[in-house]
Amino acid sequence: MPAIAHTVKQVVAKYGGDATRLMDVLIDVQAELGCLSHVTAARIADVLGIPQVDVEQTASFYHFFAREPRGKFAVYLNDSVVAEFCGRAEVAAAFEDAAGCKFGAVSADGVVGLFHTACIGMSDQEPAALVNGQVFPKLTPEKARALVVGMRAGKTIEELKGDRFGDGQNAHPEVRALVHNHVRRRGVMVFDHYRPGEALAKVVKMSSGEVIAAVKAASVRGRGGAGFPTGMKWDFARRAAGDVKYVFCNADEGEPGTFKDRVILTERPQMVIEGMAIAAYAVGARRGVLYVRHEYLYLRAYLEHVLADLRAQGLLGTAIGGLAGFDFDVSLQFGGGAYVCGEESALIESAEGKRGEPRDRPPFPVEKGYLQKPTVVNNVETLCSAVQVLLKGPEWYNRLGTEKSKGTKVLCVSGDCDRPGIYEVEWGFSVNDILREAGARDVQAVQVGGPSGSCIGPDEFNRVLAYEDLATGGSFIVVGKHRDLLKDVVLNFARFFREESCGSCVPCRALTGMAQVVLERLVAGQGTAEDVERLRAWQKIMRNNRCGLGQTALNPIVTTIQNFRPLYDARLAAGDPRFVPSFDLAAAVQDYDAAVGKG
Amino acid sequence: MASFVRFTLDGKTCLAEEGAQLVAAAREAGVYIPTLCNYPGIPPKGACRICTVLVNGIPQTACTTKVVEDMNVATTTPELEAFRRSVVEILFAEGNHLCPSCERSGNCELQALAYRYRVTVSNFPYLFPKRDVEAWHPKLVKDHNRCIQCKRCIRGIHNAAGHAIFAFGKRGDKVVINIDPDTSKDIDDELAQRAMDICPVGAILRKGKGFDVPIGRRTYDRAPIGSEVRP
Repeated sequence: MPAIAHTVKQVVAKYGGDATRLMDVLIDVQAELGCLSHVTAARIADVLGIPQVDVEQTASFYHFFAREPRGKFAVYLNDSVVAEFCGRAEVAAAFEDAAGCKFGAVSADGVVGLFHTACIGMSDQEPAALVNGQVFPKLTPEKARALVVGMRAGKTIEELKGDRFGDGQNAHPEVRALVHNHVRRRGVMVFDHYRPGEALAKVVKMSSGEVIAAVKAASVRGRGGAGFPTGMKWDFARRAAGDVKYVFCNADEGEPGTFKDRVILTERPQMVIEGMAIAAYAVGARRGVLYVRHEYLYLRAYLEHVLADLRAQGLLGTAIGGLAGFDFDVSLQFGGGAYVCGEESALIESAEGKRGEPRDRPPFPVEKGYLQKPTVVNNVETLCSAVQVLLKGPEWYNRLGTEKSKGTKVLCVSGDCDRPGIYEVEWGFSVNDILREAGARDVQAVQVGGPSGSCIGPDEFNRVLAYEDLATGGSFIVVGKHRDLLKDVVLNFARFFREESCGSCVPCRALTGMAQVVLERLVAGQGTAEDVERLRAWQKIMRNNRCGLGQTALNPIVTTIQNFRPLYDARLAAGDPRFVPSFDLAAAVQDYDAAVGKG
Repeated sequence: MASFVRFTLDGKTCLAEEGAQLVAAAREAGVYIPTLCNYPGIPPKGACRICTVLVNGIPQTACTTKVVEDMNVATTTPELEAFRRSVVEILFAEGNHLCPSCERSGNCELQALAYRYRVTVSNFPYLFPKRDVEAWHPKLVKDHNRCIQCKRCIRGIHNAAGHAIFAFGKRGDKVVINIDPDTSKDIDDELAQRAMDICPVGAILRKGKGFDVPIGRRTYDRAPIGSEVRP
């Protein structure tokens, strides 16, 4: 108890007793105490002067906040589609065998805790796990056993990692990660030559209106998936009333199969932050927040180091680029493990210390965002594009891509191919082009844009990646012919959405779970044609959910019904005469309906 | 002085105060838009989605929409009515709603909407979730079986110091509404009654008080929901 009181007091003091910093408080307290028990939550509530239920509300929303001890070493093994492709089941079995406990539990000696987790942004090096926040990629059953042996032998997490760090900045002294970048194709936007401050030096000679005009002239669009025109967003924020404004960078990539932000934050964090400074200059903001998903906590010290470096170079802080009055600084905000926080208003709620529930719109964040002030939220890659536009000009930018989609896109290719990794391509590449470059053969399907995108078959592989054809936030999962598409892919995605719904809108909260129930029945060969039609009909109901997660949560099911119908038909149980394919509801309640005067 | 704006409601031109909540403005104009999570006087949340209407052709929840000049609203298309019926059916299949044994029967908005949409059985898979009944609080009983997570209690009930008494826990289909042991300590009978009244279903009940009015003579036993707006 004294330890709890002491830790809570110290951590809360570090964040100025500010209840809107609850996420930071929870992350730091958990790091100290191992978990956030009800007693700890009550203590935090007490010191912050807010109700305990409000602390519990936030603490219980996020996947990585532990309410009970999760072991000296908490192993979070990714259970995404790609991890399963790469042999996750065998690794999981090895962990269970060596630890002597099942997933969801802690070993009797309290040393090892085993937990499932959704995609951790390592689809190019699966199976992968987070152990006390550190990444262990490319696991094998042997490595899993060795890890557990090491844990029991009293090794530290650093000793468990060893020193075979990944390429590029993964080996930086502040990172020391076993992660590899796998940049397979360097484009001109993100992975070309870059010197921090060059774009800012040009920007400080322009007016804010000219900066926005340049971004508009280049027709830069959001790279998170929705594709909103960036210049327009900045312009709205610039015109919004109020003297306090914020610039947020959304680095909460949670779409299964996406890992571009990981690589950009590792290799080009200066570019992202420079993009934030440019946005701040354009809209008149003095504070920025880089919101990074919890899975990338291993980059925390490094990103702090980069921020300090940029301050030292005069690219952050006061009088940026020597221009008096251009003051802007960025702080880091980590998430707690929630896919929905990639939605910009949910991300803002989270940064305010609340559960990541999307807001009703209007008002949009550009009018009322963080702490009710005008806020620009831009994707990591969007900010990189903005830097290049200011550096090289809109004309240069507009020469890249297609008629309606300018610039480049960073794709995250994973799944059944020889060369999974990062491909920065101009918009307009076809699916076939990417499959060829990545060394993918015998392809059954490609999940473009992750589960919230669409699953397409070979007859559509000539389609191109562009806002006007196949829009994507970057995830590109290749599914080989030998896979059971419905069981290995679609069902996994259905479970994912059920786990990740925030639970606010009725259709999303209930139908994600109900869809899983019906899909399991179909996969097990006990479904009917009526079940298939029912799932399709539910999509219409889901369109009325508040946010993109709810609106697209049935996409994996509906797009495969549309594009792979024979796979569903082949599993229908109607062929078995003993099976009653459907229950005739109307006939069964006929008497009742007559009695109540219905029909 | 508030200014009035002209807008179109189901093809009819209407006047409303600029910025008025669409649900309320429609009510003034004699059009009933079904609601569940909405409650007069507390901030709207757009959680149940049942008040979804088409605003200039785009689906939007009427409880979170403010009336602006020239807005064109359709409240009652066949698709919207089918959607509303689905929401009611989903809620019945999602929780454990056993009307005959519920103190709220006849005063329950969910039940009343089910009557309105003539729902005799849900067309969605019944989940029969295992949920708790909490009776530790001296004044309140929280029956999670009946909770539809509309957040009315979270948004509308605060203690004297202005602190929340109710809050969400967890997420997705596991969300629950929790009662704060500390901030709920001193609630009086009046606030307990308000908590019960603000709940659209029978998920929050007052201890030591019930069945004052017999089932059969309650609000929606006498007149269907919405009939006060359009008989």
